Amino acid sequence: MNINLTLIAQLASFVVFVWFTMKYIWPPMVKAMEERKARIADGLAAAERGVREKELAEQVAKEKLHEAKQQAAEIVARAEKRAAEIVDEAKEQARAEGERILAAARAETEQELNKAREALREQVGELAVAGAEKILRREIDAAAHQEILNELAQQI
Amino acid sequence: MAAGETITSSEYISHHLTNLVLGRFADGHWGLAHSAEEAKEFGFWAIHLDTMFWSLLLALFFSYLFWKAAKNATAGVPGKLQNFVEIMVEFVDNSVKGSFSGRNPLVAPLALTIFVWVFLMNLMDLVPVDLIPRIAGWLGVHHMRVVPSTDPNVTFALALGVFVLIIYYSIKIKGVGGFVRELTGTPFETKSPLLKPFFFVVNLLLEGVNLLAKPVSLSLRLFGNMYAGEMIFILISLMYGAGWALGLFGGALQFVWAVFHVLVVTLQAFIFMTLTIVYLDMAHNEHH
Repeated sequence: MNINLTLIAQLASFVVFVWFTMKYIWPPMVKAMEERKARIADGLAAAERGVREKELAEQVAKEKLHEAKQQAAEIVARAEKRAAEIVDEAKEQARAEGERILAAARAETEQELNKAREALREQVGELAVAGAEKILRREIDAAAHQEILNELAQQI
Repeated sequence: MAAGETITSSEYISHHLTNLVLGRFADGHWGLAHSAEEAKEFGFWAIHLDTMFWSLLLALFFSYLFWKAAKNATAGVPGKLQNFVEIMVEFVDNSVKGSFSGRNPLVAPLALTIFVWVFLMNLMDLVPVDLIPRIAGWLGVHHMRVVPSTDPNVTFALALGVFVLIIYYSIKIKGVGGFVRELTGTPFETKSPLLKPFFFVVNLLLEGVNLLAKPVSLSLRLFGNMYAGEMIFILISLMYGAGWALGLFGGALQFVWAVFHVLVVTLQAFIFMTLTIVYLDMAHNEHH
């Protein structure tokens, strides 16, 4: 155990190194660590906020989606109703048109029939007259029986 | 590699325990001692060059490493060095927060310096005892002790620094009167004027021993542990010169002792730091 000048020299260097640590090492390290701590705390808080906001947004989105679905269903129902109406209207129109065409056709047919009947009647008259003429040519004068024949023709 | 043919075991050991001393000879000029006897004759006016060299080298290494980390310290993602330094800083900071109740910006950096420096100085014990002295021998330096904390000058210097701080803060916080009262008024208290001088002496004796025991125990504990550890390493390395069987056994022994010593090295640094914090805490508080 020889204590000597080394002790003093060691003491001096001890003081210097403690001073150095206190001045240049400790404060910046602690500052950086504190800063990081604060930053992490901020980050965690922001993340928390973000999660809450996301939940809120999801809720809103769900509501909107629900609303939209409802609206869509409404629109579809209305459209279906309208389509049925249109079909009904079209059917009605078609039926009416059909009836109209049918009526027209019937009227025309009637007319044609009447015309044909008229023509036929005339022809029958003429035929009857011609027959009668042929009969009467042998027996009686055509002119004398013309009146009766016309009357006959009228009755057919 | 151990004791050569020409030197005995005791010569080998004492050679390992001799510092490289620069001192003032009797005729007034300064020079290196060539033997332990010469070193002894220097008295106080001598300086251990090996102790100074290694302790300063380690302290500069510590300062540079930590300073580099502190200079580039960022609150963002830290690098490997910064991570390491932050672990150390946090560890010391927690120790200080756990033991030191006052507010003093000096205590934590002081504790960090003590812990890292003492740790590094102790760590030199794990370098094989013959390695550096042999290299130094080739370079022409004949004595070389590489573990600064086996030099009582180092441990006493650290303890003395702490002791000065204890006295300084005791007086600063409690005032001269408060400090004197603490030394003489406790633990025995009396109101009788007759007993007062007697108690005064008894208290001063007890508290004086209490106060002086702090730096002495602080330094001797570290010195004793490291000196004993180094001594055992030296004794183990003696075996290498005594045949291959003993040498092999010595190798195993050295490994086991080194592993155990890792614990001692860290523990002693930690104890020195913790006691420094506790002593300074006591200096800051009124008597318990």
